[in-house]
Amino acid sequence: MSIDTLARTSRAKRKISARRWLVPYVFLSPAGLLFVVFLAIPIIYAIYLSFRGMHVSGGGPFGVREETWVGFENYIRTFTDAEFFAGFGRLAIYGVIAVPVTLGLALLFALLLDLPRVRAARFSRIAIFVPYAVPGVIASLLWGFLYLPSTSPLNWILNQLGFADLEVLTGGALFPAVANIAIWSGVGFNMIIIYTSLRGIPNELHEAARIDGASEWQIAWRIKIPLVAPALVLTGLFSLIGTLQLYGEPTTLRPMTNEISQTWVPLMKITRDAFARDDLSLAAASSVVLAIGTLVVSVVLLRMTQKKAFGDGS
Amino acid sequence: MSIKTEARRAVTNAVTIAPDRGESGRSRRAARRPLVGSAVLIFGAIYCLVPVLWVLVASTKSNSELFTTFTFLPGTGLAENFSDLFSYGGGVFGLWAMNSLIFAGFGALLSTLISTMAGYALAKFQFPGRQVWFYTILAGVLLPGITLAIPQYLLMSKIGLAGTYWSVLLPCLISPFGIFLARVYAASAIPSEMMEAARIDGAGDARVFTSIALPMMVPGMVTIFLLQFVGIWNNFLLPFIMLSDEAKYPLTVGLYTLLSKGSGTPSLYSLAIIGAAVSIIPLIIMMLVLQRYWRLDLVSGGLKG
Repeated sequence: MSIDTLARTSRAKRKISARRWLVPYVFLSPAGLLFVVFLAIPIIYAIYLSFRGMHVSGGGPFGVREETWVGFENYIRTFTDAEFFAGFGRLAIYGVIAVPVTLGLALLFALLLDLPRVRAARFSRIAIFVPYAVPGVIASLLWGFLYLPSTSPLNWILNQLGFADLEVLTGGALFPAVANIAIWSGVGFNMIIIYTSLRGIPNELHEAARIDGASEWQIAWRIKIPLVAPALVLTGLFSLIGTLQLYGEPTTLRPMTNEISQTWVPLMKITRDAFARDDLSLAAASSVVLAIGTLVVSVVLLRMTQKKAFGDGS
Repeated sequence: MSIKTEARRAVTNAVTIAPDRGESGRSRRAARRPLVGSAVLIFGAIYCLVPVLWVLVASTKSNSELFTTFTFLPGTGLAENFSDLFSYGGGVFGLWAMNSLIFAGFGALLSTLISTMAGYALAKFQFPGRQVWFYTILAGVLLPGITLAIPQYLLMSKIGLAGTYWSVLLPCLISPFGIFLARVYAASAIPSEMMEAARIDGAGDARVFTSIALPMMVPGMVTIFLLQFVGIWNNFLLPFIMLSDEAKYPLTVGLYTLLSKGSGTPSLYSLAIIGAAVSIIPLIIMMLVLQRYWRLDLVSGGLKG
């Protein structure tokens, strides 16, 4: 055997160990590449754009519009924009209704499903989960028609009884009406997550409590709810993120009512700025503010709940 | 009774008629049927089904019946609505349905595979930067995907992809939540000893993955696939922003444009309604058929071995 072949085998060995080191990166690479291209670069690009702006250089009629570095100007415009913050105000009213009611109903239904000997459990579980399969835009379309005075079943009954129409998409009723669509769409999915989590609790725990004479209420409060807390944190987090992203529902309802403006919620204002006004820099700055806001809210929520949902990172 | 059999029984009960979890010899209290609870559940079921029932009934009405007859009274226009829908705009509704199927089908399939590979690497290999990757991806879960739609659009138009199928399909392929779920599932479902044994028997890493890890991850993959499928199918903002050619729209954007045109011409209302009915029925059926394969305990964090 020549020195040459020896060298070749050792090189081959080195190659194999080098490849071993590479293996996890090979498995990660498609996700990593997509992550960089479709998450990291757009974020960086948005941040870059948010510091740029159109400025007129030169004077008088000979001024040329050109894109330049404008520092924090777009952020100042975002933070002094009354309409943007009015959008957050509307979002807050909507969220205060939508999030607790969705989670409350989801928890209630999950606990009821978990009761021994409850009737129609399978039917209800499936029926309540059905709206999850309905896209938000179509859900808004359906509810929009149910709200519309001329097609609303409620108003038909009211009219038969001699009462006037109930206006749902105006005034104070508008927020509950929009929130109702999100509640309808979200209850089932959250219910299933909490219910699956309840199913994971060993039955012995309930048995022991029942033998000790605990009522179903006490079992629910003292055993079940504390044990499904991680699932509640998770669903709460998703509901919150979903709230900040509210867009499709009010956009779909817009043709049906005069009360939803083009800038009703922050994301609607951002798309209006970007596409109708061609003010990409402002839209980018507002997007960054919205994203950072969401991130901060999420992290605060997770910290407050002691990282129950995502705690294990090892 | 062991926890395992107990759990299996819980699962079978969940799939069959759920309530009979207790045996006959249970305490009296448990034997009483919780009537109020059942009533509340049925009320919830009705609340969730009413809009679906409404759209099914309303899709049978002609335009004039829509605004004159009682909402839950079937009409006579079903066949006409149906043919109107598929002939509208030269059959563009069929295209929308096909586009939705392409986006959701391919998107979910590919993103499930990509998530599975990434989750497997993060769960089963020790390598430098592992934690950094994981936390970066976690941040991606928290980041509202939709806030990214506008910068993604800007980027896509820079590289000339805006308005193409790719501009909607590609951003859907990366799913931080899918990777997170795949990692959780891989960590609990694939025994490391088995991977070691296969390696000692001379299997390469590709083979360990395809013949040991993948089959074991199938239940988790089905869940990720379904979550992604429904997510992409229901997505509105991304295709709304990216696409301008009506022939490339998915159902959500198509029906939205139909409805916003309909506010001027009420004749389009009945089209939007039957379009909504036709587009939700297949998804509801798919969900009902596949529901027993979902491992939603994966999502709830209740997965333990």
